[in-house]
Amino acid sequence: MQIDMTVNGRAYSADVEDRTLLVHYLRDHLGLTGTNVGCDTSSCGACTVHIDGQSVKSCTVLAAQVRGADITTIEGMANDEELHPMQEAFRQCHGLQCGYCTPGMVMAATSLLSENPDPSEQEVREGLEGNLCRCTGYHNIVKSVLSVAGGQS
Amino acid sequence: MIPAALKYVEVDSAAAAVAALSEYGDDAKLMAGGHSLIPLMRFRLAAPAVIVDISRMGGLSDIRDAGEHISVGALARHHVVENSELLQAQAPLLAHVASKVGDPSVRHRGTLGGSMAHGDPASDLPAAVLALGGSVVLQGPDGERVVAADDFFTGFLETATAETEIITEIRIPKSSAGWSFQKFNRRAQDWAIVGVAAVLGDDPRVSLINMGPSPMRASAVEAALAGGASMAEAASLATDGTAAPTDLNGDADYRGHLARVFVERALVEAAG
Ligand SMILES: Cc1cc2nc3c(=O)[nH]c(=O)nc-3n(C[C@H](O)[C@H](O)[C@H](O)COP(=O)(O)OP(=O)(O)OC[C@H]3O[C@@H](n4cnc5c(N)ncnc54)[C@H](O)[C@@H]3O)c2cc1C
Ligand code: FES
Ligand code: FES
Repeated sequence: MQIDMTVNGRAYSADVEDRTLLVHYLRDHLGLTGTNVGCDTSSCGACTVHIDGQSVKSCTVLAAQVRGADITTIEGMANDEELHPMQEAFRQCHGLQCGYCTPGMVMAATSLLSENPDPSEQEVREGLEGNLCRCTGYHNIVKSVLSVAGGQS
Repeated sequence: MIPAALKYVEVDSAAAAVAALSEYGDDAKLMAGGHSLIPLMRFRLAAPAVIVDISRMGGLSDIRDAGEHISVGALARHHVVENSELLQAQAPLLAHVASKVGDPSVRHRGTLGGSMAHGDPASDLPAAVLALGGSVVLQGPDGERVVAADDFFTGFLETATAETEIITEIRIPKSSAGWSFQKFNRRAQDWAIVGVAAVLGDDPRVSLINMGPSPMRASAVEAALAGGASMAEAASLATDGTAAPTDLNGDADYRGHLARVFVERALVEAAG
């Protein structure tokens, strides 16, 4: 079926099979490969994107279900050369090692702050519950998110 | 993995959903949040030929005060249930339990109706609806019927929902009684290894997660409390009538031990 949606502010359209998952629509049909796939069980959050501003695991949504929606992926976060504050914080606080989980972490963390702009450390940990870092770099990931939260308030 | 080939149709009303289910029969599955169904489809444990998408249908996601009870639309997402001021005030157990499901991204998609329809014995929200004495409104080709949560879960992943019916609403009686929710797991985001929901109203209600083939009440515990037993005595009966599974997280005996411990903690907290 023909699927139209707005991704990172730009209108896209592609003719795909009905069974296409959003993550595959983004990666394989639109070429937006910043969104990763890290598991088969909807557990890891590497595929996290925003649908109408909220974090969602794009491996667990059919592309057809979000026709016409506003999607943001990691590619839509920076403003040209200028990193999004959350990306900059991950860089400053050494919030990434291999970087595989990072796009999903950044998307989950920005969604968290849009709902709770000044979270406690515990709230950040719980807010990122759905995102696994196989390098186990959680300490600096949490530090990165808190540094943006603090900076915002 | 990638789901098996399917035909996708979207419907815009409960009546249209019922018509689609009647037309496609066995081959069709409703999809709400997709957070139970898509994982099954990715493993090809489910391979519906037709997906009937109800997730964006209007009118079925509202939470409103209906006098005696709160009416929660079947499509209300966990995130909305969790943050509903109406539920926080009138049925706080349900809002609290919604906040303990999965992780925030899961809660942005999953729905209360989907959770009830799936009827997973390990899931959290059915236990809350059971403990609160809620009921489920079903719409089918012959109109609407209301089934008490007590009669809704009929077996492993089986409910009273007929193949041509859609859940439109979940009714939750208002409750100011003491309550508690205990969810035991070992890792963040995980499902409960064992869980307990308790509401100590005039007629105490206690439900168990992952202690049998379906979400269930701890009837022996409830009867003991009603008969004046102490909390410890009542909790010692937590495994009566259960059939706990054995899996990688623990065997049936271990789950039985957890059930006794967490029922007692739930009763103490709810009474406190
Ligand atoms: C990573 C992850 C972690 C999770 N952790 C937990 C957890 O800790 N606790 C927990 O309780 N749940 C958990 N879940 C499950 C989650 O809560 C699901 O959202 C929920 O079980 C199903 O709701 P849904 O709207 O996504 O249903 P769907 O997946 O869309 O549908 C599930 C089933 O219900 C049927 N259905 C859906 N809506 C209706 C309706 N209105 N009428 C009739 N039939 C309908 C569908 O046909 C399907 O058979 C988790 C899920 C994931 C992916
Ligand atoms: S790839 Fe989506 S949760 Fe792991
Ligand atoms: S940085 Fe390697 S997975 Fe998180």
